Amino acid sequence: MKRRAFLSLLTGSAAAAALPVKAKAAGGEFSGHPDNMAVLTDLTKCIGCRKCETACSKVNDLPAPVKGEDRSVFAEQRRTHADIYTVVNQYNADGKSVYRKMQCMHCQEPACATACFVKAFTKNPDGSVTYDPTLCVGCRYCMVSCPFNIPAYRYDSALNPVVRKCTMCHPRLQEGKLPGCVEACPTGALVFGKRSEILAIARKRIADNPGKYVDHIYGEHEMGGTAWLTISGVDFSKVGMREDLGTKAAAEYTTGVLGALPMVVGFWPIVLGGAYFMNKRKDEIAKEEQEAAVAAAVDQERQRGEAAAKKALDKAASDAKKAQDKAVEAAKKEAREALLAEQAAAAAAEKEGE
Amino acid sequence: MPNRPLLPLRKRKVNKMAAEQKESVFKYFVRQITSLPRTPGNIATLVIFAFGALITIMRFTLGIDSVSNLDDNNPWGIWIGFDLMCGVALAAGGYTCSSACYLLGFKRYHSAVRPAITTAFLGYLFVVIALLYDVGQPWRLPYPLTVSFGTTSILFEVGLCVGIYLSVLFIEWSPVAMEWLMSIRQSEGENAVHPKVYKALVWLRPYLRRIRKIVLWMTIPLTVMGVILSTMHQSSLGSLFLIVPSKLHPLWYSAFLPVFFFVSSMAAGLSMVIFEGTLAHKALHNKMDETHLAEADGVVLGLGRACSVILAGYFMMKIMDIGMDHDWHWLFTGYGAWFCVELIGFVAVPCMLYAMGARERKTCYMRWAAALTVAGIIVNRFNVSMVAFNWQLPSVDRYFPSFLEVMLSVFIVTCIVTAYRFIAAKMPMLYELKEFKSHH
Repeated sequence: MKRRAFLSLLTGSAAAAALPVKAKAAGGEFSGHPDNMAVLTDLTKCIGCRKCETACSKVNDLPAPVKGEDRSVFAEQRRTHADIYTVVNQYNADGKSVYRKMQCMHCQEPACATACFVKAFTKNPDGSVTYDPTLCVGCRYCMVSCPFNIPAYRYDSALNPVVRKCTMCHPRLQEGKLPGCVEACPTGALVFGKRSEILAIARKRIADNPGKYVDHIYGEHEMGGTAWLTISGVDFSKVGMREDLGTKAAAEYTTGVLGALPMVVGFWPIVLGGAYFMNKRKDEIAKEEQEAAVAAAVDQERQRGEAAAKKALDKAASDAKKAQDKAVEAAKKEAREALLAEQAAAAAAEKEGE
Repeated sequence: MPNRPLLPLRKRKVNKMAAEQKESVFKYFVRQITSLPRTPGNIATLVIFAFGALITIMRFTLGIDSVSNLDDNNPWGIWIGFDLMCGVALAAGGYTCSSACYLLGFKRYHSAVRPAITTAFLGYLFVVIALLYDVGQPWRLPYPLTVSFGTTSILFEVGLCVGIYLSVLFIEWSPVAMEWLMSIRQSEGENAVHPKVYKALVWLRPYLRRIRKIVLWMTIPLTVMGVILSTMHQSSLGSLFLIVPSKLHPLWYSAFLPVFFFVSSMAAGLSMVIFEGTLAHKALHNKMDETHLAEADGVVLGLGRACSVILAGYFMMKIMDIGMDHDWHWLFTGYGAWFCVELIGFVAVPCMLYAMGARERKTCYMRWAAALTVAGIIVNRFNVSMVAFNWQLPSVDRYFPSFLEVMLSVFIVTCIVTAYRFIAAKMPMLYELKEFKSHH
């Protein structure tokens, strides 16, 4: 019973550890829902008007951008915040001003969703990555894991702090509307459509305008691919987009480790159980040997004792015999002497009687 | 005539009892606390507790913002980097010592097991308490195991294992408390136990006796579970960073992060047992029984030798990892210099010190090596979670903890030390009670 209870406990934890592996069986093979939507940002068409920022704050009920659409905000690099889902930054690349819009990249297999331990993030069939604030515990591992540094946190809220980020206007997409920023863009720098078609448009633009674009669609393969794609006239690293992210989806970095865990559960009881029973056996053998040694010593001692006793007995016996002999001898002698004396006395009496 | 002096005495005693009975249980405990001697240590503890109370109020009325420098780029600060990462690593003495003693047959380490288990239990308990401050909505902490299972997350595994292991540690530690509760006897005068409390203790005794027997009977399976769970979450704390190859400096990022975290946790745990034993010997010498004192030097030498082997292996693994990832050129940068400080100053040097201590049989080498190793673990966990994390960001976007953030960590450490002092003073941790002496 004891052993069975212990084993069932172990299998229970093995099953719990095996869960992640099953859930991650598809790790690295998922390349997005079929027909998922995407947005293309064409940096060569962006003029930095920041109408997308205004539209974003309006459709998401966020406070209007500080300083409105004033260009003085370009003096410093900004990033997304709890109340700002998208920002446009100005970069000086190859002697000209280039503007780059930044928002959630809506990865095909998102790091945030892999990292979240309550599954608060969902990759929707329309391509957007959304977040459920009712599940969030607030560990902020999503923010740690995001290679694009996008999710932001309401650190100022004491009782209901939540993660905030662009939703690709998921609610608007369901109503058949365009994302707020795409709708507001006056230059056509933002294009919305099926990801496959968007990729075709991007390729066509690059092919049709030799020399205008860098021959790369950012997001086609980065981190396993994203639903927000970018083409640019300057190197992506010059507009703050990292080119060293690789093409592996975030989940691929963790699947292996999670898969090895059930083996840990199986491995240790073998090694430690082995060590325990080996030591127990060793102790038992040591005890047995000790007992045997003690028994042998006792035996030897007893034998020696017996021998001594026997010797003593023999000696006593021989002594007794000697004493007896001596006594007998003495008695004989005495008797002989007595006899002699008697004979002498009788002889003397006889002589007197004559 | 001889009865006469007894009369007034008995009368006074009756009055005393009456006065005690009037005192409520709450007031009794308040009196116990307020009557503590006003030593510098106790006063410092009080001041830090006041800070802790202040930070608690601010955190839960004004938000994390009001007490920390955490921001959108740096979501994890010292509450994770120190309280969680170092707390868990330094509590590894629990599983290393208990498995050495009960499974690997080092019975001479028996007197080191109880302090190690106590430290581990307190360490994990306060890791969880520190998390209550760090996570946004702590009341939802059970969600991953009850509402929505994020099984793809490494953090899910960390949470699961830490949760189970905290329960295992509590069970492993509970005989210390139970033996104490069973051994309390009523006395007279100032030190008298409140009659109601004493009544409850007497009522509890038979139950505690039975529970204690069951717990001791479970020692071996609990120890094995401790090793399994520790392997899983000690390594997983390293695995947490596998998902950020683009954010963690290449010298620290490695596919073997989980192995490094697990191996270094063994050295950290053993060193912490030596380090803490050194402090305890200074402050709590009178609380140690003959067995503990007689075994102490042997324990230090034995654990130190083990540490030297572990650190040597860890050093080799780190070097091989640089080779495998072709990171040699990074060694000649600023981060590379800092990496060398960590690897030589806090791994190679204590490793040699331990080895020398083992050869010369000098415990003082061991004690210095232990202090260095403990410091080294803190340096390593800080590097992975903060210093080398976000290394590519401009310095204005980097993180440095705020004063109150540091104070919260100081508060958490003070809580652990205070609890340890209480347990060492009252409970049979550094000595064995005659009635519960183990036969081994």
